[in-house]
Amino acid sequence: MLFPKKSFPSPPPRVVITGAGIVTSLGLGWKQNAEAFRSGKTGFRPVTLFDVSRQRVKTAAEMDLPPTPPRTRLTRREEKRLDRAGIMLLLAAQEAWQQSGWKTCDDLPVVLGTTAGGMALGEDYFRQAVNLPHRQRMQPTRALYYQAQIQAGMVEDALGFAGPVTIVSNACASGTNAIGEAWEMIRRGQTDRVLTGGYDALSQMGFTGFNSLQLISPTCCRPFDAHRDGLAIGEGVAVVALETLASAKARGAEILGEITGYGASMDRHHLTQPHPEGDAAYQSMQLACASAQITAGEVDYVNAHGTGTPLNDQAEARAISRWAGHHAGRLAVSSTKAGTGHLLGGAGAVEAVVCLMSLRGQWLPPELAFETPDPACTFRIVARPEEAPVKVTLSNSFGFGGVNATLIMRRWA
Amino acid sequence: MSRVFVCGLGSVSPAGWTVEALRDALAKDKPLPIQPLARPGWQKPLQIRPVPNPPVRPSFLTHPHLRRTSPIAHYAAAAALNAVKSICNGRNPGPRIGVVVCLQSGCVQFSFRFFEETLEDAATASPLLFPETVFAAPASHVAALLKNTPLVCTLAGDPSSYAQGLALGIDWLLDGRVDACLVLATEEINWLLADALWHFNHRAVISGGAGALCLSLNPEWSSGVELELITDAHPYSARVKRELAAKAMRAQMPPGNQAEILCDGLNDRPRADAAEAGAWADWTGPRLSPKLILGEGMMAMPAWQCVAVCDLVASGKFKAGNVSLVGANQQATGIRFRSAGRTISDLSPATKAGSLTS
Repeated sequence: MLFPKKSFPSPPPRVVITGAGIVTSLGLGWKQNAEAFRSGKTGFRPVTLFDVSRQRVKTAAEMDLPPTPPRTRLTRREEKRLDRAGIMLLLAAQEAWQQSGWKTCDDLPVVLGTTAGGMALGEDYFRQAVNLPHRQRMQPTRALYYQAQIQAGMVEDALGFAGPVTIVSNACASGTNAIGEAWEMIRRGQTDRVLTGGYDALSQMGFTGFNSLQLISPTCCRPFDAHRDGLAIGEGVAVVALETLASAKARGAEILGEITGYGASMDRHHLTQPHPEGDAAYQSMQLACASAQITAGEVDYVNAHGTGTPLNDQAEARAISRWAGHHAGRLAVSSTKAGTGHLLGGAGAVEAVVCLMSLRGQWLPPELAFETPDPACTFRIVARPEEAPVKVTLSNSFGFGGVNATLIMRRWA
Repeated sequence: MSRVFVCGLGSVSPAGWTVEALRDALAKDKPLPIQPLARPGWQKPLQIRPVPNPPVRPSFLTHPHLRRTSPIAHYAAAAALNAVKSICNGRNPGPRIGVVVCLQSGCVQFSFRFFEETLEDAATASPLLFPETVFAAPASHVAALLKNTPLVCTLAGDPSSYAQGLALGIDWLLDGRVDACLVLATEEINWLLADALWHFNHRAVISGGAGALCLSLNPEWSSGVELELITDAHPYSARVKRELAAKAMRAQMPPGNQAEILCDGLNDRPRADAAEAGAWADWTGPRLSPKLILGEGMMAMPAWQCVAVCDLVASGKFKAGNVSLVGANQQATGIRFRSAGRTISDLSPATKAGSLTS
């Protein structure tokens, strides 16, 4: 029953990650992405998916998809219904699933964050409905598979499991909120395992939207740099397999890391602009630390939301500085959006997996284009590849609409 | 075990901008008038039941957040303000209210306009429209209106996922992170959405609007109704068909009797209704089918179903009410409300004042 609830376990169970899958413009899978993030590689190129001739900026972190979807339990006919986002989601989910070693079951919840779901199908639907009003071919399929819950259901069918689907759509915080909600479901004793993450593919509408707001950098994305002039858009997916520590140990599963804290808050300042002092971001980090029962001084690395826009980075820098207090001077911070672009609903999940990579590999992902710190930065921006002892990471995500979310992860050793 | 009370209701529907309008329309048990909606390129129009214009311009439209918003935000705001009226009245600061907004199609009007502009000339697509296209926009506007909203979340899915929205709100209440939780569902319509629905049902009559339940653990805020149970979400999958999922949901709901009402999602479409009709074939008590009266409200429909049931239970007409949500393409869920005894209007003025400041 979703209600009445079982009594919350006390203390709540520890939640660990036993599988992770990632797909970005930097590569397919953990290995390629880890090498790219570690070295500070970027994945930008001219957009080829749609016409950008009239756009202010014409580049994005567009990825190369394999020519065919991965082999799963889906039939060829079902595979054909997958759009770009669906294929990306399936690739990452399959990697996480295989790494976790989970088996077919009928009660595995899925919690995914996305802003657009199958937006490309929606765009195709629009074009055909407007331009060829009497042609119905493919329209029912597009209307159905455009919906994120259908894409999540396809993942379940493809990997051979079933379970309730929850789709979180808190704009660019969606991925972090999805993982955070999944973490809380396990901590509340509602389930032992959840497959969770976030995804978004490039879409003409989203790309044009950020261009219309003049938020996309005409030069390069340099989060927290004093001369930054905007964000970059990208596409990406990350999926993680979460389970109780007891479950993972009982299976003898390899543990990749532990999620120890989650915080969420609301910024009501403006639909698209953060409060200048980053109040909600500060609150989100505070709440996450409280739930992890740690202080800011125990965090080694912050993967910032860091979009590269003047307003976001200034507000977030103030929030991080306030949250870190006198520890700020030793705090390492970077935004991997410098390499992947802003992945919207996929951002929080991908950045959580980057934190996991950092914890596993003991390195910090750099922003190679960073030169001059914004005056609001009292912390150190990681500008060159570096090895470092990393025990605890914090990852921020903030969305249009004002939802802020923070995840804290701990090294498993 | 904590009890979860319903402390306010809100509704914007083809029947009007209030719960009373919804109540009257459902009590008359006659389908609301259908209006044609021109479908460009077609001679025959699509069919809709639109939300009528509000009798007076809502005062919330002067709020800076809501000045350039689309109807979906207006519906959400009106339903939200009605649902929290009794617990916010006269309190400053008001209680901490969590906001969960559930959507299936979401902000289709501005999305259509923005993409149309994108295809015409991307260089001049309006930056004012784009932010209002995101699923999270209505929640953001409601949060701005209500001010003291520490937690906000938008969920997307088929209409059955409104039950997950209620469950999420209850989690926040049980965690003590909010004093009350508003669980909203809202949709707006345009010809493209009506066109999409037409592919699945040529006789479909699409409708928009919003419904809202305000929940709290505080018995002093009760409107006389409590949420008794929400079934598991029973997903459809390659192995579990819709019929089986609906039956699994039904099995978690009480058998029912004449003192209870069932509010279902039947829509006079035998094939699409078969799973839900089969699951509830044993039901002998009174039944309410709002889709027949209001149209296909997508995510707004489960919220209207819940509002209608809570309103009937609060009025004393039924001791309990069951809401059946057999979603179109995701899962089946069930929700049950029952009488909670006294209502806020039964309280003495002193107790009421105390309850509003606790």
